[in-house]
Amino acid sequence: MTAATVPAPPIRKNRRPIRPRRIALYAFLTLMAVTWLFPLLWATFSSLRPYGETLREGFISLPQVLNFDNYGSAWTRGNFPQHYFNALVVTIPAVILTLLIASMIAFAVSRFSWRFNLLCLMVFTAGNLLPPQVIIVPLYRLYLLLPVPPPLSDNGLLYDQYFGIVLIHIAFQMGFCVFVLSNYMKTITREITEAALVDGASVLRTFWQVILPLCRPALAALATLEFTFIYNDFFWALLLMKSGDRRPITSALNNLQGQFVTDFNVLAAGALLAAVPTILVYVALQKYFVSGLTLGSTKG
Amino acid sequence: MVGVPLLFDLALIWGPTVASFFFSFTNWNGIGGITEKNVIGLKNYESLFNSYVFFWPALQHNIIWLAWLMLIATPLGMFMAVLLDRELRGTRFYQTVFYLPVVLSLAVVGIIWRLQFAPEQGFINNMLGRTSNENLIDWLGSPSLNLWAALVATSWRHVGYIMVLYLAGLKSVDPALREAAKVDGANERQTFLRVVFPVMAPINVVIVVVTTIEALRAFDIAYIINGGKNGLELLSTLITNNAISESSRVGFGSAIAVVLLVISLGPILAFLTRMMREDRR
Repeated sequence: MTAATVPAPPIRKNRRPIRPRRIALYAFLTLMAVTWLFPLLWATFSSLRPYGETLREGFISLPQVLNFDNYGSAWTRGNFPQHYFNALVVTIPAVILTLLIASMIAFAVSRFSWRFNLLCLMVFTAGNLLPPQVIIVPLYRLYLLLPVPPPLSDNGLLYDQYFGIVLIHIAFQMGFCVFVLSNYMKTITREITEAALVDGASVLRTFWQVILPLCRPALAALATLEFTFIYNDFFWALLLMKSGDRRPITSALNNLQGQFVTDFNVLAAGALLAAVPTILVYVALQKYFVSGLTLGSTKG
Repeated sequence: MVGVPLLFDLALIWGPTVASFFFSFTNWNGIGGITEKNVIGLKNYESLFNSYVFFWPALQHNIIWLAWLMLIATPLGMFMAVLLDRELRGTRFYQTVFYLPVVLSLAVVGIIWRLQFAPEQGFINNMLGRTSNENLIDWLGSPSLNLWAALVATSWRHVGYIMVLYLAGLKSVDPALREAAKVDGANERQTFLRVVFPVMAPINVVIVVVTTIEALRAFDIAYIINGGKNGLELLSTLITNNAISESSRVGFGSAIAVVLLVISLGPILAFLTRMMREDRR
């Protein structure tokens, strides 16, 4: 009854003078969005045009023919099936092992109080922050020196091997994952693990059946993020692999670029083909990707 | 559970870090073992600072890279986050657009921007009508221009990255604080500068650390443009070009790596200090 007689809240009146500012805001955001999308739209447009037509009509001209021929050409000339395969062979084991190892360390660091917990956490985190170029020279020598038995390596070394690339990804990415997961596990109340231990569960079982399932949101976010990080890596496979046809797609782009530089439309198609898996992940799992990025900077 | 991964991490990350330091005092070229004869003291550093023509330009390029990100790209990302952190129709759409480059690899980003900057075939010169030999603008080849082209390309991705981080930070600010500021008569700008920005201090540290590390790590875009030479020298490309790709001046390359390491310790220590402080809470 009384509610009906209450006058409209004064906030409404205040809204009016803001309007021109709102319009300016939308105009600015739209301008920025168009600017941001443009390079990608331009690449897509180029990739769909036959190169002959581009040369004849000029780079900035209305299209007469749009087709996927450049993609086919990039696919076969760039040996894309092989490079996708290489990317898969490196990325999938690297992501799984990184998450597995990192969650074990995070579990130990967050559940048990040791003196060197913080130090240990710092070693991993700082390792992830180092520019990779700081360690590349000795690492390259180490990869040429260390003997590795056959199933893992066909030349007896870590150099030029999928296994070697997987290893360095795990070592480098572990820091970030340990940091995020240990922060996450600290938010899980200790009573849960204590209850499990009282009920007679072993430490390992507590880890597998109690803590890991509770970390599912963080693990999903990290898996998404690490997939893109490792798939997108250019540096390691560029320098720690010699054979062009073993390189995952991102590192292979350097050679492909030289190969396609005479035909920019095929180059555009090749670059977009290389980006497809990450764009798909982004479209399907944007929420996880974004929460993964932000897990590292905020707590919880 | 911790010991093995810790040893593994030490072997592949920290071992080489220390090894870089020791290599930097030698003239080892990677052939044969290192003997006492290879130890040359500080000579690598001497020639690096005094006679190697690319060192100071590379350092300068890294500093410009850092200044550009810190003064232009990062503030723009923060600004976009502030704009999008309000009740806005279509905010999801705008966020999606600005995030999009963040999922692309820097190699792909470099190629996408090559399609813009290429002298004869790129969009920009075709738009400006500067594609003939007399009036061509060589964005990627000219040593006075290519750094700026690389910075534009890298910012395209960096702005979105910072925006994601900052938006998450803004969302975690207690709404009651803003309400209180409003009640006290603060306008939007005052609320942000005096209330929101100060309580976001921890995130601000992360943003500064991330930006600095990105600037020191810069490699991929410069490398994909021209191998990191001819105006695009960076400490990172000097390391690989000296010690791995062309020659194998292991000692000399390691000396550059040590310089990069020493600079990197600044942001790394800043981050670790923050970690320690939070741990104490």
